Amino acid sequence: MTAPTIFGICAALLVGIGLFGVIISPHPLRKLLAFNLIGSGVFMLLGAVARRGAAAGMGGDPVPQALLITGIVVAFSATALAVALLLRLFNETGSVTLAADARAHPDAGDT
Amino acid sequence: MKAALDIASVLAISAGAFFFLAGTVALLRFPDTLSRLHALTKADNLGLGLVVVGLLPRAGGVSAGLKLLCIWLLALLAGATVSQLIARTVQTRDVRS
Amino acid sequence: MIAALNIGVAALVLALALFTIVARESFAACVGFLAYGLLLTLVWVQLQGLDVALIEGAVGGGLTGVLVIGAAVRLRSTQAAADAARLGMPARMLAVLLSGGVAAAMAACVLALPDPAPTLAPQVSASMAATGVANPVTAVLLAFRAMDTLLEAIVLVLALIGVWSLAPDRVWGGRPALGYDVDPDGILAYVARILPPIGIVAGIYIFWAGADHPGGKFQGATILAAMWLLAMRAGLTDAPPVDRKWLRLALVAGPAAFFAIGLAGTVTAGAFLAYPDGYAKVLILAIEWALLPSLALTLFLLMAGAPQRMSAP
Repeated sequence: MTAPTIFGICAALLVGIGLFGVIISPHPLRKLLAFNLIGSGVFMLLGAVARRGAAAGMGGDPVPQALLITGIVVAFSATALAVALLLRLFNETGSVTLAADARAHPDAGDT
Repeated sequence: MKAALDIASVLAISAGAFFFLAGTVALLRFPDTLSRLHALTKADNLGLGLVVVGLLPRAGGVSAGLKLLCIWLLALLAGATVSQLIARTVQTRDVRS
Repeated sequence: MIAALNIGVAALVLALALFTIVARESFAACVGFLAYGLLLTLVWVQLQGLDVALIEGAVGGGLTGVLVIGAAVRLRSTQAAADAARLGMPARMLAVLLSGGVAAAMAACVLALPDPAPTLAPQVSASMAATGVANPVTAVLLAFRAMDTLLEAIVLVLALIGVWSLAPDRVWGGRPALGYDVDPDGILAYVARILPPIGIVAGIYIFWAGADHPGGKFQGATILAAMWLLAMRAGLTDAPPVDRKWLRLALVAGPAAFFAIGLAGTVTAGAFLAYPDGYAKVLILAIEWALLPSLALTLFLLMAGAPQRMSAP
């Protein structure tokens, strides 16, 4: 069982766990965490693929690793935007429900 | 000489791992926050310190060894600060309630 | 022996991921997520991706963890409503089946990966001498796939514009983050005076060493942004108002310089983002030095969030 195989299967399980979390979590922040789990699972899979491409004296294929660095930073920026959206929703309505029939907080609406 | 250094490394790292284990068990078993913080500082100071001491003979040179020591000191600083902040929060919360 | 270590690390990672999903409180889940991100760094070391390990520990674990913990603290009062809205057993069973199916399909793909593995490492090592950097990941990021890095820098600025646009009208262009009243003689203020000099040196060193060793500007910029965040949270400095001209100029200066060098490449070397012979190292250094402050500023402002208050006139 080489490291890429072990972590490739770990990545598949992470995607499964993350998908489960996205479906069943009622709180949007938990959905965001689960979504990040899916993302890190995909990154780990790409990392395992990069490790399998070790050649020419390098420990891993550098092209997927460079793509991963880009991916991790972009995933963080998306998470930051999502958190800002959540906090604005909370400030406006006093709750973070995504239900269509939610009523606005009585003290909110001061845009 | 090399074998003696290797044995010393293994002993030090094992001792460090033991302190980490003890700190984790204490984190799970102690009743309140303050005693858990007290136990975690053992893991931070002694555990990490012994691991660093065990890794020093295997470091690639003086600068790498100095970097290891720096890591230990920074982890100590962070651990001490956070422990103090958590303990003060717990204390003010208990005084208020 | 090594396989046992890898299996142990993978098991820990999966256990933390499960804890993040099933924890009762959002705060506990966020702390678990931060620990998960830090543990992923070990996974990356085992996969021989040291640059990725650094960025995962800094951004994936550190910055994202702090971001969601801050959000969990502000959203504590919504916990009750979320608990009341939990899904019933049939929906959970369906979710387990669906996630299990997806995980099984992915695992089957992992086990069916082609052997010998296709790789671009020989091409990278053959062309790396022309770039003048010894770290292959840096060479890929700034020479062979420079377009990706340029677009990434622009995407970060776009995300920041998105975050800023979430300010209510009455604080449009104000300061992000709530003001923190912290004891000026307390230990947090003390640490916020001691740590930033060390952090700045460490950040610039990791940035500088990224040319030949694992490291790079993203990792270094994250440490610089974290030091500013620490100083802000300890009350030593305040977040700047987002309508200041110097702030906006500093944010776009990095991507603009990158873009300008790329345009110059169409004239001097025949393609966008191509480097003329012999100038590759100089141009790469110029791009990195231009991007570092913009990146640190962008990451700091993304963490600080949308404007929350107007500065005093």
